[in-house]
Amino acid sequence: MKRKVVSALLCVSMIAAMLVGCGGKDQGASDGGDGGEAKTEEDGGGSDGDVITVGFAQVGAESDWRTANSESMKETFSEANGYELIFDDAQQKQENQITAIRNFIQQEVDYIVLAPVTETGWDTVLQEAKDADIPVITVDRMVDVSDDSLFVSYVGGNFKLEGDKACQWLKAYADAKNISELNIAHIQGTIGASAQIGRTEGLEEAAKEYGWNIVAQQTGEFTQAKGQEVMESMLKQHDNINVVYCENDNEAFGAIDAIKAAGKTVGPDGDILVISFDTVKAGIEMTMTGDIICNVECNPLHGPRVAELIQKLEAGEELEKIAYVDEGIFAYGTDVASVTIDGEEYEVTEVTQDVVDGRKY
Amino acid sequence: MNKKEFDIKKLTSMRLFLPILCLLAMLVVAAFTIPGFFKISITNGVLYGYPVDVINRASELVILAVGMTLVTAASGGQDISVGAVMAVSAAVCCQILSGGEVSVTSLAAPIALAMLAGVIVAGICGVFNGLLVAYLDIQPMVATLILFTAGRGIAQLVTKGQITYIRVDSYMVAGGYIGKCPIPTPIFIAAAVVVIAYIILKKTAFGLYVESVGINGNASRLVGLNSRRIKLLTYIICGALAGVAGIAASSRIYSADANNIGLNLEMDAILAVALGGNILSGGKFSLMGSVIGAVTIQTLSTSLYAMGVSGDQLPVYKAIVIIIIVVLQSPVFKKFMAGLKTKKAAGGAAVEGGNQ
Repeated sequence: MKRKVVSALLCVSMIAAMLVGCGGKDQGASDGGDGGEAKTEEDGGGSDGDVITVGFAQVGAESDWRTANSESMKETFSEANGYELIFDDAQQKQENQITAIRNFIQQEVDYIVLAPVTETGWDTVLQEAKDADIPVITVDRMVDVSDDSLFVSYVGGNFKLEGDKACQWLKAYADAKNISELNIAHIQGTIGASAQIGRTEGLEEAAKEYGWNIVAQQTGEFTQAKGQEVMESMLKQHDNINVVYCENDNEAFGAIDAIKAAGKTVGPDGDILVISFDTVKAGIEMTMTGDIICNVECNPLHGPRVAELIQKLEAGEELEKIAYVDEGIFAYGTDVASVTIDGEEYEVTEVTQDVVDGRKY
Repeated sequence: MNKKEFDIKKLTSMRLFLPILCLLAMLVVAAFTIPGFFKISITNGVLYGYPVDVINRASELVILAVGMTLVTAASGGQDISVGAVMAVSAAVCCQILSGGEVSVTSLAAPIALAMLAGVIVAGICGVFNGLLVAYLDIQPMVATLILFTAGRGIAQLVTKGQITYIRVDSYMVAGGYIGKCPIPTPIFIAAAVVVIAYIILKKTAFGLYVESVGINGNASRLVGLNSRRIKLLTYIICGALAGVAGIAASSRIYSADANNIGLNLEMDAILAVALGGNILSGGKFSLMGSVIGAVTIQTLSTSLYAMGVSGDQLPVYKAIVIIIIVVLQSPVFKKFMAGLKTKKAAGGAAVEGGNQ
């Protein structure tokens, strides 16, 4: 008897959950519809085709950088600019992103923008999008698919170049300051992420070329907590570390905490130089104080670049497979004015209060 | 001679013998492979060294393991939502402190109040789990799966999807150091939790009740125990302890990172209970075993970092060591070893006989 009651209760709750789920979706769809209609009315009976619908499958909101990235998209694809953005937060899960893309296909969006959680496992769902004739633009991270035609273009940072920039800066700085021996602790990002691969490659190549010692190498999984734990361990193992190469700002925050807890100092006059990537708000503030000596930007403002590509597609133009965004180098002090990589010169910005205030994110 | 043998037998048959042996074996390996593993010094006014790191970093896991042990003993199942509940409690605590801002340098509310709120919310999560398990007889794994999936979503709702930073020194105390005290605060928190739990279990009949409910719920009910209420209570304790762990973890990084706080920690907590020689299907339990299990897991992680095992291979090494420990403690293996011993003894006797 009791078992029956329980199973009946479970059934009821499941059905309720399904109803709620479906209800939510219906509402979402009708909201979209309302938005479209409202727009049409505003246009004074203009055709519905004027509004370009863009589905954006975002990874989540794990860092300031990601938030800035989402904001840039939301700002660019606003109703005022003639777009309708359907935004999906996947909370770091690939299966959520795959569901989101399937929903976009069902809702017949015009374009899908995808910031993939991981590089692999996208073939099936991107094929579905292709079959539905919806162009997919990937941002921030690449996707690794067997058929390159599954996505039209990639917008994002050139991670290898970012790594090169940081290393060239370090080389120039070491020369300027007469630091002969560099013992580098390397805190990597999540193994397999594009940013980790590119930035690690940059450092490893430079270390080989200039004879730097990478004394320790470990993943900090792009988080502050792991960065702290890993740095703590490295400091005990190696007493001679004078450079820490963190593959994002959050790891750098953790590493700096660990260094300070161990009684060492960071900064231009300290024991250890911290190099970092991404340049989020808290990151650039620490670059101003010299805690982070050099911070290579990973520009999150992808919105305008993606919009540019979409406009090109609308005009029927062919796209380049890779569209990099411009990224700066921020450093403490003026010891290095610029770095040269493959014949191209990149300016180094000295971080001042004006630079911090002038940034959008 | 005879007496000594007797002692060894007594020693090996003790509940905590294998968990302690595993931990010691791990420490010996670490001592040989990592130079200066046991060196502790005072640097920058605080204790500094690998053993300190191990105990410090194991704090959250120890706190979780205490709650998980009680839940396991009473309901014969595990609470897999603890990692997510940690994130919820951290999110609530930080959000109250920040007053809704993303990053603050001054507090919007008293720290004690915010922490209490975090722990209470975590306790409510425990009530939810406990009601499902104790009063609706849903499998613990299934019941806690709900908050396992929904918990981080709730935490993100609370923080509005942002990482909330509390850049105030007084908030960093719980994850750092109290004033000039050379011992990290998380160690104190974990020690306090263990001691309080131990005293309650020893001085009151609660531990006995939990065991009897775990062994046979119906029989316990017939002798007059409210077995449902006892199960519910263990889940509430487990939830609240997850809240405490969440706040300690959040204080370490002075922020509420809804995606990463306590990530995969529920599995480590269950593992700690198992490594402690506890039976996962409920009944008799050993709190100290779970604590030792938790420290063993952290010793493994810290030594792997110290050995410089590269990040992509880390899980493999971890898995290998854990398989070895679990097999060593399995009843079948123990029986096999016992069988081997008697055979050897018989063989030895035969050889002796041959010599004569």
